[in-house]
Amino acid sequence: MRTENQKAWFFVLPVLALVAFNALVPMMTVVNYSVQETFGNNQFFWEGLGWFEQILRSDRFQAALGRQFLFTFLILIIEVPLGIIVALSMPRKGFWVPVCLVLMALPMLIPWNVVGSMWNIFTLPQIGLLGYFLNDVLGINYDMTQQPISAWITVVVMDVWHWTSLVVLLCYAGLVSIPDAYYQAAKIDGATPWSVFRYIQLPKMKTVLTIAVLLRFMDSFNIYTEPFVLTGGGPGNSTTLLSIDLVKIALGQFDLGPAAAMSLIYFAITLLVSWLFYTLMTKDDAE
Amino acid sequence: MKKRSIIPILYIAFLMLPIYWLVAMSFKTTNEILSGFSLFPQTFTLENYITIFTDPTWYWGYINSITYVTLNTVLSVCVALPAAYAFSRYRFLGDKQLFFWLLTNRMAPAAVFALPFFQLYSSIHLFDTYLAVALAHTLFNVPLAVWILEGFMRGIPKELDETAYVDGYSFPRFFVTIFLPNIKAGVGVAAFFCFMFSWVEMLLAKTLTAVEAKPIAAVMTRTASSAGYELGLLAAAGTLTIIPGAIVIWFVRNYIARGFAMGRV
Repeated sequence: MRTENQKAWFFVLPVLALVAFNALVPMMTVVNYSVQETFGNNQFFWEGLGWFEQILRSDRFQAALGRQFLFTFLILIIEVPLGIIVALSMPRKGFWVPVCLVLMALPMLIPWNVVGSMWNIFTLPQIGLLGYFLNDVLGINYDMTQQPISAWITVVVMDVWHWTSLVVLLCYAGLVSIPDAYYQAAKIDGATPWSVFRYIQLPKMKTVLTIAVLLRFMDSFNIYTEPFVLTGGGPGNSTTLLSIDLVKIALGQFDLGPAAAMSLIYFAITLLVSWLFYTLMTKDDAE
Repeated sequence: MKKRSIIPILYIAFLMLPIYWLVAMSFKTTNEILSGFSLFPQTFTLENYITIFTDPTWYWGYINSITYVTLNTVLSVCVALPAAYAFSRYRFLGDKQLFFWLLTNRMAPAAVFALPFFQLYSSIHLFDTYLAVALAHTLFNVPLAVWILEGFMRGIPKELDETAYVDGYSFPRFFVTIFLPNIKAGVGVAAFFCFMFSWVEMLLAKTLTAVEAKPIAAVMTRTASSAGYELGLLAAAGTLTIIPGAIVIWFVRNYIARGFAMGRV
Protein backbone atom coordinates (compact mmCIF):
# COMPACT_ATOMS: atom_id res chain seq x y z
CA MET A 1 0.00 0.00 0.00
CA ARG A 2 1.07 3.56 -0.59
CA THR A 3 2.06 5.40 2.55
CA GLU A 4 1.23 8.97 3.47
CA ASN A 5 4.29 11.17 3.03
CA GLN A 6 4.17 14.88 2.31
CA LYS A 7 7.87 14.96 1.42
CA ALA A 8 6.90 13.23 -1.81
CA TRP A 9 6.11 16.74 -3.03
CA PHE A 10 9.85 17.32 -3.44
CA PHE A 11 9.96 14.53 -6.02
CA VAL A 12 7.15 16.14 -7.95
CA LEU A 13 8.61 19.65 -7.86
CA PRO A 14 10.71 19.47 -11.05
CA VAL A 15 7.73 18.24 -13.07
CA LEU A 16 5.52 20.82 -11.46
CA ALA A 17 7.92 23.67 -12.19
CA LEU A 18 8.40 22.61 -15.80
CA VAL A 19 4.76 22.02 -16.65
CA ALA A 20 3.61 25.09 -14.73
CA PHE A 21 6.07 27.23 -16.66
CA ASN A 22 4.81 25.80 -19.94
CA ALA A 23 1.12 25.70 -19.10
CA LEU A 24 0.34 28.50 -16.65
CA VAL A 25 2.29 31.38 -18.18
CA PRO A 26 0.88 30.87 -21.71
CA MET A 27 -2.57 30.20 -20.30
CA MET A 28 -2.50 33.48 -18.37
CA THR A 29 -1.36 35.26 -21.54
CA VAL A 30 -4.37 33.83 -23.35
CA VAL A 31 -6.75 34.80 -20.54
CA ASN A 32 -5.22 38.27 -20.53
CA TYR A 33 -5.78 38.76 -24.25
CA SER A 34 -9.25 37.30 -24.17
CA VAL A 35 -10.66 40.15 -22.07
CA GLN A 36 -8.87 43.04 -23.78
CA GLU A 37 -8.92 44.96 -27.02
CA THR A 38 -5.74 46.24 -28.62
CA PHE A 39 -5.15 48.76 -31.39
CA GLY A 40 -1.42 48.04 -31.56
CA ASN A 41 1.34 50.08 -29.85
CA ASN A 42 0.96 47.79 -26.85
CA GLN A 43 -2.12 49.70 -25.70
CA PHE A 44 -4.82 47.53 -24.24
CA PHE A 45 -8.40 48.29 -23.28
CA TRP A 46 -10.67 46.28 -21.05
CA GLU A 47 -13.17 44.37 -23.12
CA GLY A 48 -14.81 42.10 -20.55
CA LEU A 49 -16.53 39.06 -21.95
CA GLY A 50 -17.28 40.74 -25.27
CA TRP A 51 -14.97 38.54 -27.30
CA PHE A 52 -16.50 35.38 -25.85
CA GLU A 53 -19.96 36.53 -26.80
CA GLN A 54 -18.84 37.53 -30.26
CA ILE A 55 -17.09 34.19 -30.89
CA LEU A 56 -19.93 32.06 -29.56
CA ARG A 57 -22.42 33.92 -31.76
CA SER A 58 -20.35 34.03 -34.92
CA ASP A 59 -21.42 31.76 -37.77
CA ARG A 60 -17.79 31.12 -38.60
CA PHE A 61 -17.04 29.62 -35.18
CA GLN A 62 -20.24 27.58 -35.11
CA ALA A 63 -19.55 26.19 -38.58
CA ALA A 64 -15.97 25.25 -37.64
CA LEU A 65 -17.18 23.66 -34.42
CA GLY A 66 -19.81 21.68 -36.34
CA ARG A 67 -17.21 20.41 -38.80
CA GLN A 68 -14.92 19.54 -35.91
CA PHE A 69 -17.59 17.47 -34.16
CA LEU A 70 -18.54 15.73 -37.40
CA PHE A 71 -14.88 14.90 -38.06
CA THR A 72 -14.24 13.56 -34.55
CA PHE A 73 -17.49 11.56 -34.64
CA LEU A 74 -16.53 9.93 -37.95
CA ILE A 75 -13.04 9.17 -36.66
CA LEU A 76 -14.33 7.48 -33.52
CA ILE A 77 -17.02 5.35 -35.18
CA ILE A 78 -14.58 4.16 -37.85
CA GLU A 79 -11.32 3.77 -35.93
CA VAL A 80 -12.54 2.16 -32.72
CA PRO A 81 -14.48 -0.79 -34.29
CA LEU A 82 -11.85 -1.24 -37.00
CA GLY A 83 -9.10 -1.26 -34.38
CA ILE A 84 -10.92 -3.88 -32.31
CA ILE A 85 -11.50 -6.11 -35.36
CA VAL A 86 -7.85 -5.94 -36.43
CA ALA A 87 -6.64 -6.57 -32.86
CA LEU A 88 -8.93 -9.61 -32.50
CA SER A 89 -7.67 -11.18 -35.72
CA MET A 90 -3.96 -10.64 -35.02
CA PRO A 91 -1.77 -13.64 -34.13
CA ARG A 92 -1.08 -13.92 -30.37
CA LYS A 93 2.40 -15.38 -30.51
CA GLY A 94 5.14 -16.30 -32.91
CA PHE A 95 7.38 -14.65 -35.46
CA TRP A 96 4.69 -12.49 -37.03
CA VAL A 97 3.71 -10.61 -33.86
CA PRO A 98 6.64 -8.13 -33.73
CA VAL A 99 6.53 -7.74 -37.52
CA CYS A 100 2.83 -6.81 -37.40
CA LEU A 101 3.35 -4.43 -34.46
CA VAL A 102 6.26 -2.60 -36.07
CA LEU A 103 4.53 -2.24 -39.46
CA MET A 104 1.31 -1.07 -37.81
CA ALA A 105 3.05 1.47 -35.59
CA LEU A 106 5.01 2.95 -38.48
CA PRO A 107 2.38 5.55 -39.58
CA MET A 108 2.29 6.98 -36.05
CA LEU A 109 6.02 7.78 -36.19
CA ILE A 110 5.91 9.86 -39.33
CA PRO A 111 6.00 13.64 -38.73
CA TRP A 112 2.53 15.07 -39.16
CA ASN A 113 3.38 17.41 -41.98
CA VAL A 114 5.00 14.50 -43.85
CA VAL A 115 1.75 12.57 -43.40
CA GLY A 116 -0.05 15.46 -45.07
CA SER A 117 2.47 15.68 -47.93
CA MET A 118 2.44 11.91 -48.34
CA TRP A 119 -1.33 11.82 -48.76
CA ASN A 120 -1.16 14.79 -51.06
CA ILE A 121 1.28 12.95 -53.34
CA PHE A 122 -0.80 9.75 -52.98
CA THR A 123 -4.08 11.36 -54.03
CA LEU A 124 -3.00 13.79 -56.78
CA PRO A 125 -5.07 13.12 -59.92
CA GLN A 126 -2.94 11.63 -62.74
CA ILE A 127 0.20 11.55 -60.58
CA GLY A 128 -0.83 9.91 -57.31
CA LEU A 129 -1.49 6.18 -57.02
CA LEU A 130 -4.97 6.64 -55.54
CA GLY A 131 -5.84 9.65 -57.65
CA TYR A 132 -4.83 7.83 -60.83
CA PHE A 133 -6.64 4.64 -59.85
CA LEU A 134 -9.92 6.39 -59.01
CA ASN A 135 -9.95 8.80 -61.95
CA ASP A 136 -8.38 6.86 -64.79
CA VAL A 137 -9.10 3.23 -63.93
CA LEU A 138 -12.46 3.38 -62.17
CA GLY A 139 -13.62 6.54 -63.91
CA ILE A 140 -14.72 8.24 -60.68
CA ASN A 141 -14.36 11.99 -60.78
CA TYR A 142 -12.12 12.60 -57.78
CA ASP A 143 -10.24 15.80 -57.10
CA MET A 144 -9.51 16.80 -53.54
CA THR A 145 -8.69 20.39 -54.40
CA GLN A 146 -12.04 20.99 -56.11
CA GLN A 147 -14.70 18.86 -54.42
CA PRO A 148 -15.52 19.26 -50.72
CA ILE A 149 -16.78 15.65 -50.53
CA SER A 150 -13.50 14.25 -51.91
CA ALA A 151 -11.55 16.46 -49.53
CA TRP A 152 -13.56 15.26 -46.54
CA ILE A 153 -13.23 11.59 -47.46
CA THR A 154 -9.48 12.03 -47.97
CA VAL A 155 -8.99 13.78 -44.63
CA VAL A 156 -10.96 11.08 -42.78
CA VAL A 157 -9.23 8.18 -44.57
CA MET A 158 -5.88 9.82 -43.87
CA ASP A 159 -6.63 9.93 -40.15
CA VAL A 160 -7.86 6.33 -40.19
CA TRP A 161 -4.59 5.39 -41.87
CA HIS A 162 -2.60 7.43 -39.36
CA TRP A 163 -4.18 6.53 -36.02
CA THR A 164 -6.21 3.28 -36.18
CA SER A 165 -3.01 1.46 -35.19
CA LEU A 166 -3.09 3.17 -31.81
CA VAL A 167 -6.46 1.52 -31.09
CA VAL A 168 -5.10 -1.78 -32.43
CA LEU A 169 -2.01 -1.66 -30.21
CA LEU A 170 -3.99 -0.80 -27.11
CA CYS A 171 -6.68 -3.46 -27.68
CA TYR A 172 -4.01 -6.00 -28.53
CA ALA A 173 -2.28 -5.23 -25.22
CA GLY A 174 -5.57 -5.90 -23.44
CA LEU A 175 -6.17 -9.14 -25.35
CA VAL A 176 -2.78 -10.73 -24.68
CA SER A 177 -3.32 -10.22 -20.95
CA ILE A 178 -6.22 -12.72 -20.97
CA PRO A 179 -5.04 -16.10 -19.58
CA ASP A 180 -5.59 -19.17 -21.80
CA ALA A 181 -7.68 -20.74 -19.04
CA TYR A 182 -10.51 -18.30 -19.79
CA TYR A 183 -10.72 -19.51 -23.38
CA GLN A 184 -10.55 -23.16 -22.33
CA ALA A 185 -13.38 -22.66 -19.87
CA ALA A 186 -15.42 -20.93 -22.57
CA LYS A 187 -14.76 -23.83 -24.94
CA ILE A 188 -15.95 -26.40 -22.36
CA ASP A 189 -19.11 -24.34 -21.83
CA GLY A 190 -19.67 -24.33 -25.60
CA ALA A 191 -19.56 -20.56 -25.89
CA THR A 192 -20.06 -18.99 -29.31
CA PRO A 193 -17.35 -16.64 -30.66
CA TRP A 194 -19.72 -13.74 -30.00
CA SER A 195 -20.21 -14.59 -26.34
CA VAL A 196 -16.44 -15.09 -25.95
CA PHE A 197 -16.03 -11.58 -27.29
CA ARG A 198 -18.89 -10.11 -25.27
CA TYR A 199 -18.14 -11.71 -21.89
CA ILE A 200 -14.39 -12.35 -21.92
CA GLN A 201 -12.56 -10.17 -24.42
CA LEU A 202 -14.56 -6.94 -24.24
CA PRO A 203 -14.49 -6.64 -20.43
CA LYS A 204 -10.73 -7.29 -20.46
CA MET A 205 -10.24 -4.61 -23.08
CA LYS A 206 -12.32 -2.05 -21.23
CA THR A 207 -9.49 -0.12 -19.55
CA VAL A 208 -7.39 0.08 -22.69
CA LEU A 209 -10.45 0.94 -24.77
CA THR A 210 -11.19 3.85 -22.44
CA ILE A 211 -7.65 5.10 -22.97
CA ALA A 212 -7.97 4.57 -26.72
CA VAL A 213 -11.26 6.45 -27.03
CA LEU A 214 -9.99 9.30 -24.85
CA LEU A 215 -6.72 9.67 -26.74
CA ARG A 216 -8.43 9.45 -30.11
CA PHE A 217 -11.01 12.00 -29.03
CA MET A 218 -8.43 14.50 -27.76
CA ASP A 219 -6.06 14.12 -30.69
CA SER A 220 -8.70 14.18 -33.42
CA PHE A 221 -10.37 17.16 -31.78
CA ASN A 222 -7.06 19.04 -31.68
CA ILE A 223 -5.88 17.97 -35.14
CA TYR A 224 -4.10 20.66 -37.12
CA THR A 225 -1.02 19.82 -39.16
CA GLU A 226 -2.18 16.90 -41.33
CA PRO A 227 -5.37 18.45 -42.77
CA PHE A 228 -3.66 21.83 -43.01
CA VAL A 229 -0.87 20.43 -45.16
CA LEU A 230 -3.26 18.25 -47.17
CA THR A 231 -6.08 20.67 -47.96
CA GLY A 232 -5.19 23.96 -46.29
CA GLY A 233 -8.76 23.96 -44.97
CA GLY A 234 -10.26 24.00 -48.45
CA PRO A 235 -11.80 23.82 -50.92
CA GLY A 236 -13.46 26.96 -49.62
CA ASN A 237 -13.83 26.42 -45.90
CA SER A 238 -15.08 22.84 -46.19
CA THR A 239 -12.27 21.22 -44.20
CA THR A 240 -11.41 24.16 -41.93
CA LEU A 241 -11.44 22.43 -38.56
CA LEU A 242 -11.25 24.33 -35.26
CA SER A 243 -7.45 24.43 -34.93
CA ILE A 244 -7.00 25.54 -38.53
CA ASP A 245 -9.49 28.34 -38.02
CA LEU A 246 -7.85 29.33 -34.74
CA VAL A 247 -4.39 29.57 -36.28
CA LYS A 248 -5.84 31.60 -39.15
CA ILE A 249 -7.30 34.11 -36.70
CA ALA A 250 -4.34 34.19 -34.29
CA LEU A 251 -1.29 34.08 -36.56
CA GLY A 252 -2.87 35.03 -39.88
CA GLN A 253 -5.07 37.98 -39.00
CA PHE A 254 -3.39 38.67 -35.63
CA ASP A 255 -6.78 39.25 -33.99
CA LEU A 256 -5.47 38.47 -30.54
CA GLY A 257 -8.62 39.08 -28.51
CA PRO A 258 -11.02 36.88 -30.50
CA ALA A 259 -8.31 34.23 -30.97
CA ALA A 260 -7.66 34.08 -27.23
CA ALA A 261 -11.36 33.86 -26.40
CA MET A 262 -11.74 31.11 -29.00
CA SER A 263 -8.73 29.26 -27.52
CA LEU A 264 -10.33 29.20 -24.10
CA ILE A 265 -13.71 28.05 -25.43
CA TYR A 266 -11.93 25.38 -27.48
CA PHE A 267 -9.90 24.10 -24.52
CA ALA A 268 -12.99 24.11 -22.29
CA ILE A 269 -14.93 21.99 -24.81
CA THR A 270 -12.05 19.49 -25.08
CA LEU A 271 -11.82 19.20 -21.29
CA LEU A 272 -15.57 18.90 -20.84
CA VAL A 273 -16.07 16.20 -23.48
CA SER A 274 -13.00 14.24 -22.27
CA TRP A 275 -14.40 14.35 -18.75
CA LEU A 276 -17.82 13.19 -20.00
CA PHE A 277 -16.29 10.26 -21.90
CA TYR A 278 -14.20 9.33 -18.91
CA THR A 279 -17.13 9.45 -16.48
CA LEU A 280 -19.44 7.49 -18.79
CA MET A 281 -16.89 4.81 -19.60
CA THR A 282 -15.81 4.23 -16.00
CA LYS A 283 -19.31 4.51 -14.50
CA ASP A 284 -19.80 0.75 -14.13
CA ASP A 285 -16.61 0.35 -12.11
CA ALA A 286 -17.83 2.72 -9.43
CA GLU A 287 -21.10 0.90 -8.87
CA MET B 1 -2.47 -19.67 -42.53
CA LYS B 2 -5.78 -19.26 -40.82
CA LYS B 3 -8.66 -17.52 -42.51
CA ARG B 4 -8.77 -14.61 -40.10
CA SER B 5 -5.19 -13.55 -40.82
CA ILE B 6 -6.55 -11.98 -44.00
CA ILE B 7 -7.72 -8.97 -41.93
CA PRO B 8 -4.30 -7.93 -40.57
CA ILE B 9 -2.78 -8.54 -44.01
CA LEU B 10 -5.32 -6.28 -45.72
CA TYR B 11 -4.91 -3.67 -42.99
CA ILE B 12 -1.13 -3.65 -43.26
CA ALA B 13 -1.40 -3.45 -47.06
CA PHE B 14 -3.59 -0.36 -46.64
CA LEU B 15 -0.99 1.17 -44.32
CA MET B 16 1.90 0.41 -46.66
CA LEU B 17 0.38 1.74 -49.91
CA PRO B 18 0.89 5.51 -49.28
CA ILE B 19 4.33 4.80 -47.81
CA TYR B 20 5.28 2.76 -50.88
CA TRP B 21 4.11 5.59 -53.10
CA LEU B 22 6.19 8.13 -51.20
CA VAL B 23 9.30 5.95 -51.47
CA ALA B 24 8.65 5.22 -55.16
CA MET B 25 8.25 8.91 -55.92
CA SER B 26 11.52 9.72 -54.18
CA PHE B 27 13.42 7.61 -56.76
CA LYS B 28 11.76 9.24 -59.78
CA THR B 29 13.00 12.22 -61.75
CA THR B 30 10.81 15.33 -61.84
CA ASN B 31 10.27 14.72 -65.55
CA GLU B 32 8.94 11.25 -64.99
CA ILE B 33 6.60 12.42 -62.22
CA LEU B 34 5.10 15.15 -64.37
CA SER B 35 4.96 13.17 -67.61
CA GLY B 36 2.45 10.63 -66.36
CA PHE B 37 1.64 7.65 -64.19
CA SER B 38 4.12 4.85 -63.53
CA LEU B 39 3.79 2.27 -60.80
CA PHE B 40 7.55 1.71 -60.49
CA PRO B 41 10.31 4.28 -61.09
CA GLN B 42 11.22 3.92 -64.80
CA THR B 43 14.49 5.85 -64.66
CA PHE B 44 15.73 5.06 -61.19
CA THR B 45 17.57 8.06 -59.74
CA LEU B 46 19.28 8.96 -56.48
CA GLU B 47 19.45 12.60 -57.46
CA ASN B 48 16.83 13.68 -54.89
CA TYR B 49 18.76 12.07 -52.04
CA ILE B 50 22.06 13.50 -53.26
CA THR B 51 20.51 16.98 -53.20
CA ILE B 52 19.44 16.51 -49.60
CA PHE B 53 22.76 15.15 -48.38
CA THR B 54 24.82 17.86 -50.07
CA ASP B 55 22.69 20.92 -49.30
CA PRO B 56 23.29 22.19 -45.73
CA THR B 57 19.80 23.74 -45.41
CA TRP B 58 18.40 20.26 -45.99
CA TYR B 59 20.59 18.10 -43.82
CA TRP B 60 20.74 20.66 -41.02
CA GLY B 61 16.98 20.32 -40.81
CA TYR B 62 17.44 16.68 -39.79
CA ILE B 63 20.24 17.46 -37.37
CA ASN B 64 18.13 20.20 -35.75
CA SER B 65 15.09 17.95 -35.41
CA ILE B 66 17.07 15.06 -33.94
CA THR B 67 18.86 17.41 -31.51
CA TYR B 68 15.76 18.90 -29.94
CA VAL B 69 13.94 15.54 -29.92
CA THR B 70 16.83 13.92 -28.04
CA LEU B 71 17.08 16.84 -25.64
CA ASN B 72 13.35 16.66 -24.99
CA THR B 73 13.39 12.89 -24.43
CA VAL B 74 16.23 13.08 -21.91
CA LEU B 75 14.69 16.04 -20.11
CA SER B 76 11.18 14.55 -19.96
CA VAL B 77 12.29 11.15 -18.67
CA CYS B 78 14.68 12.65 -16.10
CA VAL B 79 12.10 14.89 -14.45
CA ALA B 80 9.35 12.30 -14.80
CA LEU B 81 11.29 9.56 -12.96
CA PRO B 82 11.20 11.03 -9.42
CA ALA B 83 7.63 12.28 -9.91
CA ALA B 84 6.42 8.88 -11.08
CA TYR B 85 8.18 7.32 -8.08
CA ALA B 86 6.35 9.70 -5.73
CA PHE B 87 2.98 8.94 -7.35
CA SER B 88 3.55 5.19 -7.25
CA ARG B 89 4.85 4.98 -3.66
CA TYR B 90 3.29 7.75 -1.59
CA ARG B 91 0.02 9.43 -0.88
CA PHE B 92 0.34 13.16 -0.40
CA LEU B 93 -1.82 16.21 -0.27
CA GLY B 94 -3.40 16.85 -3.67
CA ASP B 95 -1.78 13.90 -5.42
CA LYS B 96 -4.87 12.89 -7.40
CA GLN B 97 -5.66 16.46 -8.44
CA LEU B 98 -2.05 17.03 -9.48
CA PHE B 99 -2.01 13.85 -11.55
CA PHE B 100 -5.20 14.85 -13.33
CA TRP B 101 -3.97 18.40 -13.90
CA LEU B 102 -0.81 17.00 -15.50
CA LEU B 103 -2.93 14.92 -17.86
CA THR B 104 -5.12 17.88 -18.86
CA ASN B 105 -2.04 19.38 -20.48
CA ARG B 106 -2.08 16.45 -22.86
CA MET B 107 -5.59 17.60 -23.90
CA ALA B 108 -4.70 21.18 -24.75
CA PRO B 109 -4.79 21.93 -28.48
CA ALA B 110 -1.28 22.86 -29.64
CA ALA B 111 -2.83 25.64 -31.71
CA VAL B 112 -3.91 27.35 -28.47
CA PHE B 113 -0.32 27.51 -27.30
CA ALA B 114 1.34 28.58 -30.52
CA LEU B 115 1.15 32.33 -30.04
CA PRO B 116 1.71 32.55 -26.26
CA PHE B 117 4.68 30.17 -26.56
CA PHE B 118 6.18 32.38 -29.22
CA GLN B 119 5.90 35.39 -26.90
CA LEU B 120 7.05 33.51 -23.80
CA TYR B 121 10.17 32.06 -25.39
CA SER B 122 10.98 35.32 -27.17
CA SER B 123 10.81 37.21 -23.90
CA ILE B 124 13.31 34.88 -22.18
CA HIS B 125 15.58 34.95 -25.26
CA LEU B 126 15.25 31.29 -26.05
CA PHE B 127 13.47 31.79 -29.37
CA ASP B 128 15.08 29.80 -32.20
CA THR B 129 17.09 27.51 -29.92
CA TYR B 130 16.94 23.73 -29.46
CA LEU B 131 16.14 24.27 -25.82
CA ALA B 132 12.97 26.24 -26.64
CA VAL B 133 11.46 23.42 -28.69
CA ALA B 134 12.62 20.78 -26.22
CA LEU B 135 11.08 22.70 -23.31
CA ALA B 136 7.86 23.41 -25.19
CA HIS B 137 7.41 19.72 -26.01
CA THR B 138 7.72 18.78 -22.35
CA LEU B 139 4.22 20.24 -22.00
CA PHE B 140 2.67 17.06 -23.37
CA ASN B 141 5.59 14.62 -23.00
CA VAL B 142 6.23 14.99 -19.26
CA PRO B 143 2.64 14.09 -18.30
CA LEU B 144 2.78 11.11 -20.64
CA ALA B 145 6.15 9.95 -19.26
CA VAL B 146 4.91 10.27 -15.67
CA TRP B 147 1.82 8.28 -16.57
CA ILE B 148 3.71 5.42 -18.25
CA LEU B 149 6.51 5.24 -15.66
CA GLU B 150 4.05 5.29 -12.78
CA GLY B 151 2.34 2.23 -14.27
CA PHE B 152 5.60 0.31 -14.50
CA MET B 153 6.74 1.38 -11.01
CA ARG B 154 3.53 0.21 -9.40
CA GLY B 155 4.35 -3.27 -10.69
CA ILE B 156 7.53 -3.34 -8.52
CA PRO B 157 6.74 -4.52 -4.97
CA LYS B 158 7.46 -2.07 -2.20
CA GLU B 159 9.47 -4.72 -0.36
CA LEU B 160 12.30 -4.05 -2.80
CA ASP B 161 12.65 -0.48 -1.45
CA GLU B 162 12.42 -1.58 2.15
CA THR B 163 14.99 -4.35 1.82
CA ALA B 164 17.43 -1.92 0.22
CA TYR B 165 17.05 0.59 3.07
CA VAL B 166 17.58 -2.18 5.64
CA ASP B 167 20.74 -3.11 3.77
CA GLY B 168 21.92 0.48 4.26
CA TYR B 169 21.42 1.86 0.79
CA SER B 170 20.89 5.60 0.55
CA PHE B 171 17.94 6.68 -1.57
CA PRO B 172 19.90 7.96 -4.60
CA ARG B 173 22.08 4.84 -4.62
CA PHE B 174 19.05 2.57 -4.31
CA PHE B 175 17.21 4.42 -7.07
CA VAL B 176 20.06 4.27 -9.56
CA THR B 177 21.59 0.86 -8.87
CA ILE B 178 18.55 -1.20 -7.87
CA PHE B 179 15.31 0.49 -8.85
CA LEU B 180 16.18 1.75 -12.34
CA PRO B 181 17.41 -1.62 -13.66
CA ASN B 182 14.07 -3.08 -12.54
CA ILE B 183 12.03 -0.65 -14.62
CA LYS B 184 14.32 -0.63 -17.65
CA ALA B 185 11.44 -1.60 -19.91
CA GLY B 186 9.33 1.26 -18.55
CA VAL B 187 12.09 3.81 -19.13
CA GLY B 188 12.47 2.47 -22.67
CA VAL B 189 8.76 2.74 -23.39
CA ALA B 190 8.50 6.23 -21.87
CA ALA B 191 11.51 7.40 -23.86
CA PHE B 192 10.01 5.89 -26.99
CA PHE B 193 6.73 7.77 -26.60
CA CYS B 194 8.54 11.04 -25.80
CA PHE B 195 10.70 10.57 -28.87
CA MET B 196 7.66 9.80 -30.98
CA PHE B 197 5.51 12.76 -29.97
CA SER B 198 8.40 15.22 -30.12
CA TRP B 199 9.48 13.89 -33.52
CA VAL B 200 6.05 14.14 -35.10
CA GLU B 201 4.90 17.45 -33.56
CA MET B 202 5.40 20.30 -35.99
CA LEU B 203 3.17 23.24 -35.14
CA LEU B 204 5.06 24.31 -32.00
CA ALA B 205 8.45 23.33 -33.40
CA LYS B 206 7.86 25.54 -36.41
CA THR B 207 6.47 28.43 -34.39
CA LEU B 208 9.45 28.50 -32.02
CA THR B 209 12.21 28.44 -34.62
CA ALA B 210 13.39 30.65 -37.45
CA VAL B 211 16.85 29.81 -38.78
CA GLU B 212 19.21 28.23 -36.26
CA ALA B 213 17.02 25.42 -34.95
CA LYS B 214 14.63 25.04 -37.86
CA PRO B 215 13.16 21.52 -37.99
CA ILE B 216 13.13 19.43 -41.15
CA ALA B 217 9.40 20.06 -41.53
CA ALA B 218 9.91 23.78 -41.92
CA VAL B 219 12.56 23.16 -44.56
CA MET B 220 10.10 20.92 -46.40
CA THR B 221 7.26 23.43 -46.43
CA ARG B 222 9.56 26.18 -47.59
CA THR B 223 10.77 24.00 -50.45
CA ALA B 224 7.24 23.00 -51.33
CA SER B 225 6.22 26.61 -51.79
CA SER B 226 9.34 28.25 -53.22
CA ALA B 227 10.96 25.70 -55.51
CA GLY B 228 7.93 25.16 -57.71
CA TYR B 229 6.81 22.01 -55.99
CA GLU B 230 9.57 19.53 -56.55
CA LEU B 231 7.62 16.42 -55.69
CA GLY B 232 10.57 14.03 -55.98
CA LEU B 233 12.68 16.05 -53.57
CA LEU B 234 9.77 16.41 -51.16
CA ALA B 235 9.16 12.64 -51.32
CA ALA B 236 12.83 11.90 -50.62
CA ALA B 237 12.84 14.27 -47.64
CA GLY B 238 9.65 12.62 -46.36
CA THR B 239 11.10 9.13 -46.79
CA LEU B 240 14.14 10.09 -44.72
CA THR B 241 11.92 11.28 -41.84
CA ILE B 242 10.42 7.79 -41.55
CA ILE B 243 13.78 6.13 -40.87
CA PRO B 244 14.54 7.38 -37.30
CA GLY B 245 11.07 6.35 -36.15
CA ALA B 246 11.43 2.93 -37.76
CA ILE B 247 14.77 2.36 -36.01
CA VAL B 248 13.48 3.44 -32.61
CA ILE B 249 10.34 1.33 -32.86
CA TRP B 250 12.33 -1.80 -33.69
CA PHE B 251 14.11 -1.53 -30.33
CA VAL B 252 10.94 -1.36 -28.27
CA ARG B 253 8.78 -3.66 -30.41
CA ASN B 254 8.14 -6.08 -27.54
CA TYR B 255 7.09 -3.34 -25.14
CA ILE B 256 5.09 -0.78 -27.16
CA ALA B 257 1.73 -2.41 -26.61
CA ARG B 258 2.46 -2.91 -22.93
CA GLY B 259 3.56 0.69 -22.37
CA PHE B 260 0.16 2.27 -22.78
CA ALA B 261 -1.79 -0.60 -21.25
CA MET B 262 0.03 -0.24 -17.93
CA GLY B 263 -0.91 3.33 -17.20
CA ARG B 264 -3.89 4.10 -15.03
CA VAL B 265 -6.67 6.30 -16.30
